Amino acid sequence: MTSPDAAPILKSSHLLGIDGLSPFDITALLDLAETYVMQGRATDKKTALLKGRTLINLFFEASTRTQSSFELAGKRLGADVMNMSVKTSSVSKGETLIDTASTLNAMRPDILVVRHQDAGAAELLSRKLDCSVINAGDGAHEHPTQALLDALTIRRRLGHFEGLVVAICGDVLHSRVARSNLRLLSMMGAQVRLVAPRTLLPADADRFGVEIHTDMKSGLAGADIVMMLRLQLERMSGAFVPSAREYFRFYGLDRAKLAVAKPGALVMHPGPMNRGVEIASDIADDVQVSLISEQVEMGVAIRMAILDALSRRLP
Amino acid sequence: MISARSGRIAFRNARLIDPASGLDAKGGLLVENGRIADVGPRLFNDAEPNDPEVIDCRGLVLAPGLIDCRVFTGEPGAEHRESLESASTAAASGGVTSMVVMPNTDPVIDEPSLVDFLLRRAAATAKVRVLPCAALTRGLHGETMTEIGLLKEAGAVAFSDGDRSIANARVLRRALSYAATFDALVIAHAEDPELTLNASATEGEFATRLGIPAAPAIAEAMMVERDIRLVELTGARYHFGQISTRAALNAVAAAKARGLPVTCAVSAHHLMLNELDVGSYLTFRKVSPPLRSEADRAAMVEGVASGVIDAIVSSHEPQGADTKRQPFAAAAAGSVGLETLLGAALSLAHEGHASLIQVLATLTSAPAHIFGLPTGTLAKGAPADLVLIDPGEPFVVDAEKLHSRARNTAFEGRKLQGRARATYVGGECVFDAR
Repeated sequence: MTSPDAAPILKSSHLLGIDGLSPFDITALLDLAETYVMQGRATDKKTALLKGRTLINLFFEASTRTQSSFELAGKRLGADVMNMSVKTSSVSKGETLIDTASTLNAMRPDILVVRHQDAGAAELLSRKLDCSVINAGDGAHEHPTQALLDALTIRRRLGHFEGLVVAICGDVLHSRVARSNLRLLSMMGAQVRLVAPRTLLPADADRFGVEIHTDMKSGLAGADIVMMLRLQLERMSGAFVPSAREYFRFYGLDRAKLAVAKPGALVMHPGPMNRGVEIASDIADDVQVSLISEQVEMGVAIRMAILDALSRRLP
Repeated sequence: MISARSGRIAFRNARLIDPASGLDAKGGLLVENGRIADVGPRLFNDAEPNDPEVIDCRGLVLAPGLIDCRVFTGEPGAEHRESLESASTAAASGGVTSMVVMPNTDPVIDEPSLVDFLLRRAAATAKVRVLPCAALTRGLHGETMTEIGLLKEAGAVAFSDGDRSIANARVLRRALSYAATFDALVIAHAEDPELTLNASATEGEFATRLGIPAAPAIAEAMMVERDIRLVELTGARYHFGQISTRAALNAVAAAKARGLPVTCAVSAHHLMLNELDVGSYLTFRKVSPPLRSEADRAAMVEGVASGVIDAIVSSHEPQGADTKRQPFAAAAAGSVGLETLLGAALSLAHEGHASLIQVLATLTSAPAHIFGLPTGTLAKGAPADLVLIDPGEPFVVDAEKLHSRARNTAFEGRKLQGRARATYVGGECVFDAR
C-alpha cells in the first residue's frame, strides 16, 4: 500500500493527455495500478489515502461508465466525491466554462475530473484552477485514462508492448480514445494500425507513425489486439457512413474478419458497444477473446493509481 | 436474353479494328463458347473455315461491340417511354453491346435490392449487357451517400446522381472519400444547380433573341473545377459523364496533366449540334446540359481528337410527346441516341478530325478501361461482343424507323454515315441487317 509521502511519479500535477507522459511515467502508473487491482478484488476495498480530499467529477457530456469509474476510484481511496453534470448552451461555451471554473475553484477541490465536448477544455481549466485536473475526455483530442486502462489490460494479458500489432478500427476521425491509444501504444513500442473507411480517418493520419488500412482483412492480418471504436448513431446514417448495415458488413468485427488476426488475438472496446454495428455479439460476449469486462475493472484500478499519483503532488 | 452460345462462328474477310491493341488489319476472328477464341490477320487465310457458321464480312469493319456509358431508360417506373427491352433493341441495332444505365428511375436505384432487380430484369429481357450505375446519394437528393459497398457488391459499376449535380461540397467530399475506400467510380454531372435553375439554353445572343431562360456556360466549368479539387483531396476515381464547353475541357486536361484519376465523355449531340440548331424552338434539341456555342462544339471535336475526352456517349434519354410537345422552357430535356451514336461519332472520322480507330476507341476500349470491363476488345478470351460496321453507309435519321420506344431524336432528318450491320453479344447475334 502506498502512503501519502511516497515518491512522486508524475512530473505534472495534471493529467491532460498521453502527450506529456514518458514511457517511465506510464510504466510507473501501470505498476502502481497493479496494487489497486488487488485492492479492488479484496473484501475491504477501501483505504484512507485521500481522506479529507475533495474530488469533483465535472461532466459536460454524459458518460455513465467513466464517471462512475472515477467516482468509485475516489471513494475507494477515501475521498469525498461530488458529481456535477453540466448542460451547456453552445452559444456561450467559452464564457460558461470559465465561469464554472471560478465557481468550482471557490469550492476548493483537490482534484477535478473533467469531460467536455470541446478539445482543449481540460487544458483551459488546468490553467484557471488551483487543483489537479484530470482529462476524462476532451472532444476528439485525448482520453488518457482510457488509453492507460487499455494499456494495463494489454500488459496484464500479454506482458509487454514491444512489437505487438494493435489494430484500432472504426471511427478514428472523431475518436479521442484512438488518439490517446495510438500515442501511448506507439510510445511503448507497439505497432499501431488504423483501420477505417476514408471518411472516418483523420487527415495526415499516416504522419503519426502508424499504418493506415481501409480494409479490415489487411488491417487485421496478424494483429495481436483488435481494438474496436464506437460509431455514434448520427454518423452512420449517410454523413460519414451510409448505413449501419453497410458498416457492419465491411467494418463490423465478426468471426470471419477476426479470423485473419493472429490466432488467439484479443478484442477490446472502450464501450458502450453498438452490437451489430461495430461488433458482433458473439465476439463481444466470448470471454476467450473479449477483454471488454476486464477493461472496465482495469478502469477503476488505473484511475485509483492516477488519483494516488496526482495526490502526491498536492500541497 | 444473353446466353453463352456453344456454337462456333467464323468471321472471315473482315477489316479487324481493335483499338485496345491498335490492330487495324484485314483478317478473321473465331468465336467459341461466347468468347473470342482466335483473331488475327492470318486467320482463315490458308484454309476456309469449316465451322457451322461462317460469316463473310466482305471487307466490313469488325470491331468490339460499343459501350455506351450514359443511357437513361424508363425502367423501372416509366416503361411507357423506354424499357430495358426496348432500349436494348435500340442498342443492338446501333452496334451497342453494353449500356451503362443511369439511376434516375422511379424508384431511384439507391438500394442493393434494386440493382439486383435491374440485373434480373436485364437478364430476362435485354438483348445487350446492362451495367447499372447506382445513385451516389439517396433518392438523388444530394444529401446522404448511398451504400456504395453493398451496391458495388450487388453489381453497380459506378455511382452517380445521373443528370443532377451534387451542390453541397461537404456531401460530395465525403461521398468521394467513401467511394475511394471501395475504389468505386463516381460519375458527375457538372452544372451548378443554382446558376442553371430553370434554364433551358446557354446564355448568349441566340437565347436572348428567342427569349428562352438561359444559364451561362461557365456553370459547367465551375463545377468541373470544384470537383477536380475534391478529387485531388479524396483520391476518388472520377468521370465527368459529359462535358460540353472548352473551359471544362481545359480544366479536365489540366487535371489529367497533374495525374489525377479523372476521365470525361462528350455526348454525340454536343459533338454534332450547336445552340443554333434549336432553330425555332425545336424541343427535341433541348438537352441537358443545353447545346452550346459553335466554338464550344468545335472544342469538343478537338477534345476527342486530342484524347482529352475519353469517351463518346449517346446520353440516350427517352421522352414522350407528353414531355416534349410543350413550349421550349416547359419541355423536358433529352434526346434518344443509342441508334445514332455510331454514325454521329464516325462523322469525326469522315470529316478528318480523328482516325477511325481513334473514334472507335472512344466507344470501346476507353469506356471498358474507365469501368474496368472485360469487353471492348478483340483480345483472345474476351467476351465475343462484336459489331460489324459499314463505316461508309449513308442514311438519313428517321425517327419513325427507330427501334427505341421513344422517338425524340435530336438528329431527325440529319444525314449520317456509318451503321452497324450486325451485332453480337457473347457470341449471340442480337441484330442482323447484313
